[in-house]
Amino acid sequence: MIELDCLGQKCPLPVIRLAQTIGRVEVGGIVRVLADDPAAANDIPAWCRMKKQEYVGSPSPNAFEVRRLS
Amino acid sequence: MEFTGDPAGPAAYLDAATASPLHPVAREALLAALADGWADPARLYSAGRRAQQLSDAARAAFAEAFAVRPDEVSFWPSGTAAAQAAVLGGLTGRARQGDTLVHSAIEHSAVLHAAARGRATEVGVDRLGRLDLDAWDRAVSAPGVALASLISASHEVGTIQPVAAAAGYCSEAGVPLFVDAAQTVGRADVPPGWSLLSASAHKWGGPPGVGVLVVRKGVRWISPYPQDDLYRPGQPGSVDLPAVVAAAASLRAVQAEARTESVRLSALVDRIREQVPALVPDVEVVGDPAQRLPHLVTFSCLYVDGEALLHALDRAGFAVSSGSSCTASTLRPSHVLEAMGVLSHGNVRVSLHRGTTEADVDRFLAVLPGLVEAIRKEAGM
Repeated sequence: MIELDCLGQKCPLPVIRLAQTIGRVEVGGIVRVLADDPAAANDIPAWCRMKKQEYVGSPSPNAFEVRRLS
Repeated sequence: MEFTGDPAGPAAYLDAATASPLHPVAREALLAALADGWADPARLYSAGRRAQQLSDAARAAFAEAFAVRPDEVSFWPSGTAAAQAAVLGGLTGRARQGDTLVHSAIEHSAVLHAAARGRATEVGVDRLGRLDLDAWDRAVSAPGVALASLISASHEVGTIQPVAAAAGYCSEAGVPLFVDAAQTVGRADVPPGWSLLSASAHKWGGPPGVGVLVVRKGVRWISPYPQDDLYRPGQPGSVDLPAVVAAAASLRAVQAEARTESVRLSALVDRIREQVPALVPDVEVVGDPAQRLPHLVTFSCLYVDGEALLHALDRAGFAVSSGSSCTASTLRPSHVLEAMGVLSHGNVRVSLHRGTTEADVDRFLAVLPGLVEAIRKEAGM
């Protein structure tokens, strides 16, 4: 699992970092994004839907997990 | 001369959902009423009587436009003030029956701020921004509900709400329904069944600073504000009568044009809805593609800072608005986009009016892809 520390970064930066990083995990692998911008909780699941990746959930506040599907 | 590649064209104002440019009929009526309607209509001299005649005529025009009685119409300093008076006055009037406001998750923030004063139940929407009617039915049927509030169509994404069905559930539950019709009045018909309705003149091409509230007979409404000597619902103190007269005259004019304008603008919106995803990769056009306002379209571009896109469009001569957090005074993403679960960054709302031409839309579609590409490139995408 890759963890991306995007705390303090404004949207869309956490989503951009996620998009740049997802190719570095294997298909089935997970990227965890740490982000405290209020838009992240909405935009990370929306990104997963648009880019056909799986939004796994938020294991703790300001943390969001995404599984690479393709 | 440097070649920029941008097609030249006049600046295009594409933010009618915030404020429409003044309709020529409004301008004419405003000037006439400034000359003849400045006096206090309550006074017993000829200047006052002339003002009273203008006031009565404006009220009668609104009553006809909304198919209600003239004494059910009141004037407020803005659409926000009218909506908040509807919510607070409607709640106060039903205090014996309950204290809870049921509202959709996509109400205008004016209503949400009024809702935050007391108890409230929020009802969600789906991905297209359509009210969850089953949840609405359950919410309005619960004990202790004083009032329900539903926006006629989303001001941010354009999705038309099922007002008639929602009104039916309210009627079964004996709960009055307030409809914030700011985006619909002057463009389309508002379905019947509501008890209170508000509108805002500058959304249809009237002057800014005029809100209209309709409270149907038999609906208990108690002013949330200290009142003056007049017994009717309305703002304390004098209304801006010349602006009210201009609002009434322009509403009549836009209603007469509404059918043809709606067809014309809806075709332009369809073009934007189809072309933006074809011209710009990674874009989500949001809102209901069919059950929507004729003049409004919203889309979100992945990896794009909404504020940067607004400034870039402004430099290219386009005025639009955005629900992205970076463009909001609260620095939070739009509650409407959040409620729908759609992308909130890189968000653009385009809203058209009677002055919008096909050439404006074509130029917007020609300019947009390059601007989005440049912002993405700068961000490393």
